[in-house]
Amino acid sequence: MNFFVLGVNHKTAPVEVRERFAISESRLPEALGKLTSMSGVEEGMIVSTCNRVEIFARSANGDCDLQKFVREYFGFVAGEYEQYIFEHQQLEAVKHVFRVASSLDSMVVGESQILGQVKEAYATARALGAVNSQLDQLLTRAFAVAKKIRSETAIASSSVSIASVAVELAEKIFGSLAGKSVYLVGAGKMCELAARHLIAHGARKIYVGNRTYDRAVALAEKFEGEAIPFDRLYDTAPWADIIISSTGAPHAIFRKEHGEKFLHIRKNRPMFFIDIAVPRDIDPALNDLDGIFVYNIDDLQQVVQSHIGDRRKEAGRAELMVEEEVRKFEQRAQTADVVPTIVSLQQHLENLRQAELDRVRGRLGTLSPEQEMAVEALTRGIINKIMHTPITTLKSAARDAESTTVVDVVRKLFNLRSERPAEPETPPDPPAPPPPAPAPLQDQAAMTTSASPARANQDQK
Amino acid sequence: MPLLWLRVATVLYGVGLIHAILMLRQRGERSGRIAAPAVGLGMVFHFVSLVETASFYGYAALLTIRHAESALALIIALIFTGLYLRYKTASPAAFIFPLIFMLTFASAIAQHSVTISSSSIFGGWILFHVCTLIFGYAMLFLSFVSSLLYLVLSRQLKRKQTSSWAARMPALQEIDQLGYRALLLGFPFMTIGLLAGSVVAEERFGAAFATDPKVLLSLLMWGLYLVLLYTRWSAGLRGRKAAYMASFAFLIAVCAWGANYLSKLHRFIAP
Repeated sequence: MNFFVLGVNHKTAPVEVRERFAISESRLPEALGKLTSMSGVEEGMIVSTCNRVEIFARSANGDCDLQKFVREYFGFVAGEYEQYIFEHQQLEAVKHVFRVASSLDSMVVGESQILGQVKEAYATARALGAVNSQLDQLLTRAFAVAKKIRSETAIASSSVSIASVAVELAEKIFGSLAGKSVYLVGAGKMCELAARHLIAHGARKIYVGNRTYDRAVALAEKFEGEAIPFDRLYDTAPWADIIISSTGAPHAIFRKEHGEKFLHIRKNRPMFFIDIAVPRDIDPALNDLDGIFVYNIDDLQQVVQSHIGDRRKEAGRAELMVEEEVRKFEQRAQTADVVPTIVSLQQHLENLRQAELDRVRGRLGTLSPEQEMAVEALTRGIINKIMHTPITTLKSAARDAESTTVVDVVRKLFNLRSERPAEPETPPDPPAPPPPAPAPLQDQAAMTTSASPARANQDQK
Repeated sequence: MPLLWLRVATVLYGVGLIHAILMLRQRGERSGRIAAPAVGLGMVFHFVSLVETASFYGYAALLTIRHAESALALIIALIFTGLYLRYKTASPAAFIFPLIFMLTFASAIAQHSVTISSSSIFGGWILFHVCTLIFGYAMLFLSFVSSLLYLVLSRQLKRKQTSSWAARMPALQEIDQLGYRALLLGFPFMTIGLLAGSVVAEERFGAAFATDPKVLLSLLMWGLYLVLLYTRWSAGLRGRKAAYMASFAFLIAVCAWGANYLSKLHRFIAP
């Protein structure tokens, strides 16, 4: 398991540095080509977003100089930007990939964009063949971990922007926003942003009132809404379920008596006032009226902060889940490290068995089918018994992080080829030791056939 | 056997009640996994208990106060299930489960030696009277629960507070509509049920029944029901005022139900 991660992100580098590392989508294939052609790099992938540029790689022999790639690709001199670059290897790299995909490493913890961005980067690398084996498994696992974290924790369940909190509150008051009308008082940018969010969630009609009528018309046109002359504000305000106010008025333009009048006209149907003006446009006393809910910019900010706090609490749980997943991944990877040796051992002993059988077949004469089966069972039984202990030892050694030594010993003992055969999808099980007492010939043959090394090799193909 | 099933159902509803309390304390994520199947199973046992009662003792057995309470609890549990499926929230459980548990518990610990004399029943009229009123009471209770949910959520929104329990509630306007629809649906049942009861009572007791406390409280409850619906329809009374009024109407309904124990004329068959 030789994974490497190197890069810059919003935690290690300011935007003016990150932009020097950015790789546009059109340049990504070329960058991936250069990365995978580097000596030692077996697989590679590049994630380039506004908050991070990160290179994920796997090396066959543990020798992978990603710093060199960065220097050569971006044309940096040695030491330049060094203080902004982070690097992780092995399990730390695995953990980092899991954290990035799960949005635990994001600027806004729990945001959903990063998972999509990592998936896009993965798809590009996979299409180019830059990701094809163990890095593929790592990324696939990272996506599963991200999904698990999103479904089992509340990390992404609450809104963390002013506009989305406004929508959330409106939905808490009205339920669906479908068919609801919105009145923008003032034509500021924040008003426009909030209105866009509300429309995206189903709000139907937009009214715009502004002291400068032309600006009201211009903004209304953007939303296919209706501009209202400012002197008709109090007559038309009851038409709207949601009023967003952001005028530059020095005093409150909506007071309690206005609220009472609106409620009377609306037969007490609720109204939601969002006051994003400073000084405030809406008298806080309006909030005392039954059916009217007033939120100013500080109130919205307070909700945002509370949601961010909730996400942080959930992030703690998510981090524990990541730790657990890294541990599981490590176990799987360690077992996978010894699999080629197990397969070689099975193949080697099977070859020996076949060779010995061929050698003595002439002396055995003609055998009946029952006798053939008995010989097969006997020889396979012996081989399985010989293999059982080495395979069990290899598997337990893999978990104890002493696999390299044990693998070497086994390879030397059995004189196995040094090159590794292709890795099977799942590690083979050790053959069961033959039963202590000899069973009837037919039964024994049936038992041992299922655990034959030849069968394991067939699965591998 | 019906009593055994009812007691099993009571225990299972108890699990739902504990979960509802834990939810109020911002806990209960784990208990929810047990509570939902427990309540579902409880409803099955509860239903079996009522069906067995009816098959052993006849439908008239439901006229005992204990079985009427048991039937009311099952209807409320069914309403809760409907709300849960519609709004994907268990928040109303905090108000609904104490009553479900209390009603089934009271019914489960009562002595159930049911003896019904045919002379005490005026054909199917009393059964009709009891069944329609049980449904009317259930709807009034639903309206009351909606009022409480409305008050809690409205208060949290106005104070800019958010608790995870309130966050899982349906929207304010949906709660308001739910309470109103419960009133609309329950009112005809309540009216027909009271009329049926009046016809039977007039027949049996003459004019004396009109001065019985149970009858007076029932009439007051019906009057409040009517005022509530009228003000809602004509003046758009909603929100906190409507919630307070629905709560008051429910309080009178509880008194009217409780008067069964006090009234000399209007009595369920002895429990």
